[in-house]
Amino acid sequence: MRNMNFEKLRNQALAEWETLQHSDKPQIIVGAGTCGRAAGALEVLDAITRELALCGIKAVVREVGCMGLCFAEVLVDIIKPGRPRICYKNMTPELVPELIEEYLVRDNPRPDLALGALGEGQIDGIPRLMDLPLMATQRRVVLARCGHINPESIHEYIATDGYAGLLKALEQPPEAIIDEVKRSGLRGRGGAGFPTGRKWELCRQAPGDEKYVICNAHEGDPGSFQDRTILVSDPHAVIEGMIIAAYAIGAKQGYIYMGAENALVMERVQKALQQARENGLLGRDILGSGFDCDIEIFAGVVAYVCGEETALIASIEGSRGMPRPRPPFPAQSGLWGKPTVINNVKTLASVPAIIRQGADWYAQIGTEKSKGTAIFSLAGKIQNCGLLEVPMGTTLSRIIADIGGGVAAGKALKAVQTGGPSGGCLPASLLDTAVDFDSLTALGTIMGSGGMIVMDEDTCMVDIARYFLDFVQKESCGKCAPCRLGTKQMLSILEAITQGRGRMEDLDRLQALAESVKAGALCGLGQSAPNPVLTTLRYFRNEYEEHIKDHYCRAGVCEDLVEAPKKRKLRRGAAQT
Amino acid sequence: MRSVATAEAVETIPLTIDGVRVQTERGRTVLEAAQEAGIYLPTLCHHPELEPYGGCRLCIVEVEGLRGLPTACTLPAEAGMVVRTESEKLTSVRRSTLELILADHAGDCLTCRKNGNCRLQEVSSYLGVDCRPLLLREATRPIDASNPFFTFDPNKCILCGICVRTCAEIQGAHAIDFAWRGIETRVTPSGGGLWIDSNCESCGECVVRCPTGALTVRNFQKASRTVKTVCPYCGVGCSLYLGIRGNRIVSVQGDPESPVNAGRLCVKGRFGIMESVHSPHRLKKPLIKRNGKFEEVSWEEALDHVATKLRELKERYGPDGIGVISSSRATNETNYLAQKFARAVLGTNKVDNCARICHAPSVHGLLRSFGSGAMTNSFREIEQADCILLIGSNTTEAHPVAGSRIRRAVRKGTKLIVVDPREIELAKIADIHLPLRPGTDITLANAMAHHIISQGLENQRFMDERTEGFEEFWAVVQKYTPEYAEKITGVPAEKIKAAAELYARARPGMIIYCLGVTEHTTGVVSVQAIANLALITGHIGKPSSGVNPLRGQNNVQGACDMGALPEFLPGYQRWDHPEHVKKFEEAWGVSLPKTPAYYPLIFCSRMWDDILKGNLHGLYIIGEDVAMTEANISKVRKALESLDFLVVQELFMTPTAELAHVVLPAAGFAEIDGTFTDSERRVQRLRPAIEPPGEAKPDWQIICEISHRMGYPMEYSTAEEAFDELRRLIPTYGGITYKRLGENSGLQWPCPDEAHPGTKFLHGEKFTRGRGKLAGIEQEPPAEIPDDEYPLLLTTGRVLQHYNCANMTMSVPGLEKLVPENFVELSAEDAERLGIVNGDRVRVVSRRGEVLARARVRHITEGTVWMPFHHKGQPTNLLTNDALDPICGTAELKACAVRIERV
Repeated sequence: MRNMNFEKLRNQALAEWETLQHSDKPQIIVGAGTCGRAAGALEVLDAITRELALCGIKAVVREVGCMGLCFAEVLVDIIKPGRPRICYKNMTPELVPELIEEYLVRDNPRPDLALGALGEGQIDGIPRLMDLPLMATQRRVVLARCGHINPESIHEYIATDGYAGLLKALEQPPEAIIDEVKRSGLRGRGGAGFPTGRKWELCRQAPGDEKYVICNAHEGDPGSFQDRTILVSDPHAVIEGMIIAAYAIGAKQGYIYMGAENALVMERVQKALQQARENGLLGRDILGSGFDCDIEIFAGVVAYVCGEETALIASIEGSRGMPRPRPPFPAQSGLWGKPTVINNVKTLASVPAIIRQGADWYAQIGTEKSKGTAIFSLAGKIQNCGLLEVPMGTTLSRIIADIGGGVAAGKALKAVQTGGPSGGCLPASLLDTAVDFDSLTALGTIMGSGGMIVMDEDTCMVDIARYFLDFVQKESCGKCAPCRLGTKQMLSILEAITQGRGRMEDLDRLQALAESVKAGALCGLGQSAPNPVLTTLRYFRNEYEEHIKDHYCRAGVCEDLVEAPKKRKLRRGAAQT
Repeated sequence: MRSVATAEAVETIPLTIDGVRVQTERGRTVLEAAQEAGIYLPTLCHHPELEPYGGCRLCIVEVEGLRGLPTACTLPAEAGMVVRTESEKLTSVRRSTLELILADHAGDCLTCRKNGNCRLQEVSSYLGVDCRPLLLREATRPIDASNPFFTFDPNKCILCGICVRTCAEIQGAHAIDFAWRGIETRVTPSGGGLWIDSNCESCGECVVRCPTGALTVRNFQKASRTVKTVCPYCGVGCSLYLGIRGNRIVSVQGDPESPVNAGRLCVKGRFGIMESVHSPHRLKKPLIKRNGKFEEVSWEEALDHVATKLRELKERYGPDGIGVISSSRATNETNYLAQKFARAVLGTNKVDNCARICHAPSVHGLLRSFGSGAMTNSFREIEQADCILLIGSNTTEAHPVAGSRIRRAVRKGTKLIVVDPREIELAKIADIHLPLRPGTDITLANAMAHHIISQGLENQRFMDERTEGFEEFWAVVQKYTPEYAEKITGVPAEKIKAAAELYARARPGMIIYCLGVTEHTTGVVSVQAIANLALITGHIGKPSSGVNPLRGQNNVQGACDMGALPEFLPGYQRWDHPEHVKKFEEAWGVSLPKTPAYYPLIFCSRMWDDILKGNLHGLYIIGEDVAMTEANISKVRKALESLDFLVVQELFMTPTAELAHVVLPAAGFAEIDGTFTDSERRVQRLRPAIEPPGEAKPDWQIICEISHRMGYPMEYSTAEEAFDELRRLIPTYGGITYKRLGENSGLQWPCPDEAHPGTKFLHGEKFTRGRGKLAGIEQEPPAEIPDDEYPLLLTTGRVLQHYNCANMTMSVPGLEKLVPENFVELSAEDAERLGIVNGDRVRVVSRRGEVLARARVRHITEGTVWMPFHHKGQPTNLLTNDALDPICGTAELKACAVRIERV
């Protein structure tokens, strides 16, 4: 099937892209994703425009999404004709006049301000960005366009192979698409790692004409910002993935579910949907295939638990977001009781590349049981906070050391928590673990939605368990007794321990409660809520015992115990004399 | 996912539970399969009438091949499943969960109203628990005692969600939900404040289902015995059990077996019976008015006096000088004997009942269109309808249990079209709301018919085979285009078209209507215009498909069936039909009056002029408060005052009784034997539960006593004997006996012989009149339309908490408290123009009178205002217009011109 309209569109997009790449004017690119804006990207952008006018320089100024190098925001890249693209880090409005004057006027590339260079050619004193361990360790499939294209331009998306996957998909029967996704080995990136192709197949086979595809873009984990970044930086990739999913399962309607507080995400996605509709990529008879599909944003005032797929469905249906037991699974009985596929943003964003480049290409990335790439947002006590994409099977230590640049100078790494507040904490001794779904589960934590929080010696592991339990207790929807009440009982024990009122038998009760909550709770939130407690009990039991027996918090975090060691030393000293 | 196994597709599947092979129907859950096999699984949040929930986590099981511990209540049973309900792990997790629940449940069992009847106690003793190591909740949350009928103690709430789901799934009110999160999660009435300030309808469905002592009925007393009977309020006819202790009713429970209400009741049925029956204001002794004051007298004296006076009047003015108003609140037996008394003893056809002011247009209109005037379907068919066209019925308030069926239908996907000038509760969940100007129903129905025909959506085959009169019909309807109708009704043409298409395309489509259609000078023809819609689409004569007037009073259908009407003998047989007359003359041993009551045949509502003209001198009123409920009651009161003799048989000293010369104390529904016929034609048995107060007597016995004294012995030792007489004379009741009614949940007429099972829906094979009659109906405006002096159109109706003249409901302090004073609803636009804000005291003035009321600013068609008519001190019917429908004599209670003034 050749779609003449799309061909025309693609040719136009390619021509524009080509012109841009070979512009005879300098190009200034500002990373203005959420993190960039938080760091002042819009002010920097203003300063650039002002300075260019002042200096009378004609340049192309472009706004792009986030490259994931959040620690270096605001990132400003400058391409002079025929030169490599230089990425300048931590740019401020005050530095802008200096940089523009120096590089654009006096041709001094200011290596001291640069993070690295991209593209062909070499500039003295500036390393090639892709050679730095920060980037060399990464494999960018989903994040490939982030920070490179203007997310508000469908042309730039199309010029970089966008919607080619959809075009290819529509030329095949839906079953072939499902087969391709199954063979790719793609597993759901929302946390549970259920095989995506299998989910689609279940939904396609479920009886009924009315089916739905939902993109779960409600990213509630503290310290987790991958979905948001992708939607802000490359929204069409998610939309393309959704249309392909809809086509595969036989859905005519899709919803992107997100919290209404994400104003920039909403704006970007809304624009992208509109552009897709205007260009015949959404709506009736998509690309002349006869397939109809539309996608809407569902922006809720959402609770944390609404990221759980059945609570998400309840929320769209207009009820309080409370999960419901499975089976039946949403693929059989989901939104309005109709078969529904719910996929995470990252899962859907992986789909166009899989269709475009083939299952075999994707399956060669990653490990045997976890194919493809893993995306993490790296936060906590780490040098290079940001977003990263690595092949599945990369070890935690490489992620933390190479990409994250390790913990702050002079501090020792203590633990890393994966998978959000209900993930487990792994000790430094286990950091050679390869990151994939199954090995993390075996150690008592989860892949989760891809949050990764690094902790150093100043972190008290009992307090961390208390902190995360406090979070999940407050976010428990209240429907099932084990989660609502069990987490409260566990929390009260942890509070007692951190306040110096703990007893050794509390540890057994904590363990028993944690296990029965894990076994008895209704949804993923409750079932994984005890993870921080169970893993800290497993890997850091000594800290618990110190709190209880010695009234001692080695990290000096638990306020009620901070004075205690001194007192104890004094007492000991007194006894000795 | 819930058991949805239907009769035609029952597939049995085998599974193994605890090593035992069991069978269940596909679509059932593992919990249901286990319960069928006699296996107990502890559960707190499961309720068989509600959708599966899986919140309490106690019915967890282990299933081979499934990860984790799924809850049996949510798990669909699959063929070959291997389930274990007991294991060390299951017991340990269950026990731990229950311990958590108990630690969070603060309260003392022995002082709890639920003690001995508490699911938490039951499950705890089954599992054996120990909460000592846990942190125990203290009872610190305030008890909400704002509702007059029940209290909510959040300290005892286990958050099973049964109340929340009941309110959503059973009642459809959505008045309560969970609020907050985590340990702070709680059940909260809408708005987050007190129960009384929410949109709670006080139906009590949540209270009866609460597994713990969190929601309990106030003044709870355990009954020592129960008696099954029928609710005395509206025409739905809910079957219920009265709990009796000594000679007092102490509880009321819905009858779960009843096909009418399936255990459900509304606020009046559940909480409005006890205090009304035992009201200190009940009449206990016969009263004769002497020198303007009532004096208590003996029955002998009272009855002799009544008989003497009636005989005198009959001698002086002839039989037609006296009239009888029978009661649609009283039993069939009473109504049968009342009309027999009028015809056989007084010798007049001047007998009527309050159907005259409500559904006489339905009786006549449906008689003209189909051949019989009653609901063609049954209440239980509502939930299977594909589309419901609801016209002029505020069902959730006036017929609450039927209203909750409509809500449940909508919840399951039924499309709903609401035609009403007000944004009633059902309009809020409707697919289409058509807020028309009152009294323009004919135009709307014609325009819908026009669109259906012009779009080719009619059922041509049905029209060819089953109807007649299309030419006459189309000659009129063809000019009623939706665009033309927009000008008359105020409803946009596009909405009329959409509604017409939705209804015409439905499979099956059902019309439900009420007094918004009938209480007009065009009532009969409006009913015909609506019936036309069913006839052109073929939406009649099938399950969930037909035309359904919701009858108002508990036994208004029965009162009409019994012939308490001037124009019909019992069973709608004709007083001018020789064969019919012969049958009754033989049975009663008298010759029947051969003169019409009036010409044309309208009685009750034309009577007041007649009294004032000096044509009617004596009146015997059984259980109707005409001085409250008729239109233009100033005239009614004046007429009553000018009567030579007025005898009123009542439960309470009503405004009508106050004007009587003799008042006779009657026994109420809980104190008597007899039958009621509800709106779906279902004849149900009443059973005496307690003794009447004082010397009050059953109505039928009082009639017999008077009749006897007037020389016509009526010798029935029981109500059943009267019923046996009437069923032999009324063919549609032929097969109904007390014995059969005792064995069944009532029987729906037609039921011609004792082998007949009763009739669920009418007109299946053929219309009662042969072919359905399509009639060409022209719109006529209401008799009184707004002008400069009276610029607003007043329409009236009922509220949920009160019943019509409200003598019964106002004797219940809780109901009185819920709606203590009269009010007028008006649109924001009109309110602004008049400088009125919500809550202001206003005066509503019509050409006939004025009433004080509280202003309520609501969504209602601009120019239209609405008032209920329950408040004795502020009677709305001082305002209403007594202009009559020329065919059946129903007054235009739903449209008159008024103005509103600030006080």
